[in-house]
Amino acid sequence: MRVLLSGNEAVARGCYEHGVKVATAYPGTPSTEILENVVKYKDDVYSQWSPNEKVAFEVAMGASFGGVRTLVAMKHVGLNVAADPLMTSTSVGGDGGFVIVTADDPGMHSSQNEQDNRYYAKFAKIPLVEPSDSQEVLDFLGTAYEISEQFGTPVLFRLTTRLSHAKTPVELGERTEVAQKEYVKDTSSRVVIPAHARRLHVKVEKRLEAIREYAETSPLNRVIEGDPKVGVISSGISYQYARDALPEATFLKLGLSYPFPVELARKFCERFETVYVVEENEPFIEEFLRYAGITNIIGREKIPACGELNQRIVRDSISGEDTAGEKTPVPPRPPVLCPGCPHRSTFYTLNRLKIGSTSDIGCYTLGVMPPLEGIDTCICMGASIGNSLGMEKAIGKEFAKKMVAVIGDSTFVHSGMTGLADVAYNKGATTVIVVDNSITAMTGHQDHAGTGTTLMGESTTKLDYIKLAESVGVKDARRVNAFDMEAVKTAIKEATDNDEATLLVMEGPCALQVRGQWGPALVVDSENCTACGLCLRLGCPAISKDEDGKATINPLFCVGEFCSMCAQVCPVDCIAVPDKS
Amino acid sequence: MANKTTDVFICGVGGQGILLASEILSDVALAKGLDIKKSEVHGMAQRGGSVVSHVRFGEAIHSPVIAEGEADILASFEKMEALRWIQFVKPGGKVIVNSQEIVPSGMETYPPAIDRKISERVPDTMFIDALKLAKEAGHLRAVNIVMLGAFSHFLEFTEDEWKTAIKARVPKKTIEINLRAFELGRAAVSG
Repeated sequence: MRVLLSGNEAVARGCYEHGVKVATAYPGTPSTEILENVVKYKDDVYSQWSPNEKVAFEVAMGASFGGVRTLVAMKHVGLNVAADPLMTSTSVGGDGGFVIVTADDPGMHSSQNEQDNRYYAKFAKIPLVEPSDSQEVLDFLGTAYEISEQFGTPVLFRLTTRLSHAKTPVELGERTEVAQKEYVKDTSSRVVIPAHARRLHVKVEKRLEAIREYAETSPLNRVIEGDPKVGVISSGISYQYARDALPEATFLKLGLSYPFPVELARKFCERFETVYVVEENEPFIEEFLRYAGITNIIGREKIPACGELNQRIVRDSISGEDTAGEKTPVPPRPPVLCPGCPHRSTFYTLNRLKIGSTSDIGCYTLGVMPPLEGIDTCICMGASIGNSLGMEKAIGKEFAKKMVAVIGDSTFVHSGMTGLADVAYNKGATTVIVVDNSITAMTGHQDHAGTGTTLMGESTTKLDYIKLAESVGVKDARRVNAFDMEAVKTAIKEATDNDEATLLVMEGPCALQVRGQWGPALVVDSENCTACGLCLRLGCPAISKDEDGKATINPLFCVGEFCSMCAQVCPVDCIAVPDKS
Repeated sequence: MANKTTDVFICGVGGQGILLASEILSDVALAKGLDIKKSEVHGMAQRGGSVVSHVRFGEAIHSPVIAEGEADILASFEKMEALRWIQFVKPGGKVIVNSQEIVPSGMETYPPAIDRKISERVPDTMFIDALKLAKEAGHLRAVNIVMLGAFSHFLEFTEDEWKTAIKARVPKKTIEINLRAFELGRAAVSG
């Protein structure tokens, strides 16, 4: 059957068809939908959300030790978190086939950087497979498992946003079961004390050379004949852009690009006067060519390093023209905290109290936008707490009264717990605010260790932030109703006034998850509205000004009494549910 | 080669049902046995931000995204969004705009003269009141299917093919409303 699948759906389908038994991940755009789709095959594939990518990686590696085909998926920066197990897993090698999916985000649609994770394959000395559409995702995943098992190595499988989220036709197949290998204790391979690790390093180098020889003739690397005068080398999504930009050219399409098939590339380049190397972001392939002394190539000198490519950019880069067309200036339409978002009360209150925050990765990062403007820093998962503590150590304890750490529940579970222990251990006065909407909201509502439900839909134990704080030594830890503006204000004042570490858990469900609780829109009594503008400072998309400068509420957006933050901040009580006004 | 590919660029504001409309268009093309690629970005854009979906179909499609100056049709579910992406329309391409105005968060009023600026850039622009037609069809949220109906008029698939795809995608109890929305949208541009 021929169906349309996104690259992420195709990875999930590949898990099913290629006999994978265990799949793990922590959600992160653009990789999230991989596990969300693997769970559809739960009769055949066990899947789970882990608290972070490092743990997800280690669980998958353990499953590989256990002798089954296993997959771990993450966004590009997630692999930084998992880099520690990655770098050593590669020397111990897989038992059951082991594939690591990295979904990179050129153009940074939903990310903090544009890192090109192909370098991780080289760094960790493992093969790199780069599909170019969903059919290849499905097919190449099977080959990736074969490579993993044949050579005893994890395989890095690289997607980018336009592969993960583009839907392209796929021919579905059946599931092939892969027999589980019996677990045999093998400490010389799996216990990396230096004496073992020195021997394993030699093994890795030999393995790499063997895989390079394999790559020279692998069907994943192929030549598409065209104009004998124009040669192009490309891989992944860049190949598709290059095919459209130079439809007549002859292509060397690399699907197994590391270990780099240098002789294949050399022979290809010898056929042409000039070969274009088309790569998004980093000149990964080009560096191998230049290192091999192949110089009749044009790559980074013309193809831009920053942002996503498309066929027009590739064409223009090569021709030197600019056919981008003129943009008409239009006011920006940035994403904002949704109407009814529980995070709004925290940032509104911080803003009113002139308290800054070190913040973190999630929807609440949108608290940086005007008028809330409640965020000073946002770097990576969990950084908020360490950043706050560090500022306090540099500037002094008094500074902790003016700077709090704001972190979401899922991000806290991911990387905040150790930071909190650090604050307690090193006697910080830091106030840590967990904005707890009880879900991983930004990536589309995934469960985590704090929600009480697993990926496969079973109820389970639920992490208790208060008990956790108490057990690491934070004496003042409390829950606050995020929709009670007065309670939020009191809690933040008290927490920042004291000289001790404090944990505030601002509880309120993500508005998008409780549509059933939405009620009729609040209305403004415009006769009594004094146009003071306080409600506008909530930055709620439902509230705007009318021609007299008075507040008006868009009934299409307002979620009703369920939120009513605006009604609470109104000093003259002129906002109310319709029947009470 | 290029003339064998049809590029439809669909844009609007998060929450307007853009992805469902592009899903239905993709289904129709796939059912015809064509090669088809559809691309959009998930995540931040859904928080009330600007949303775009690229749909390309034909004999053999390579890139999943439409580049600047390539779109045969740009269908914008919101007025200002048409202008934001207008450089993607190819010379001689067509623009279909829902004249609905959604003020971006942080702005107090809607910017003026958007209609004129769109028509200056692309003379072959049609404005329709998709919100009104959706209401007429039975639900305000059917704006996306009204717009689908409107741009469907300029693509080579039959009305039956469209309706089959709509029925397969929308919730059962909304089928009637959506088919009506489709017809109203189609009629609005075929006069």
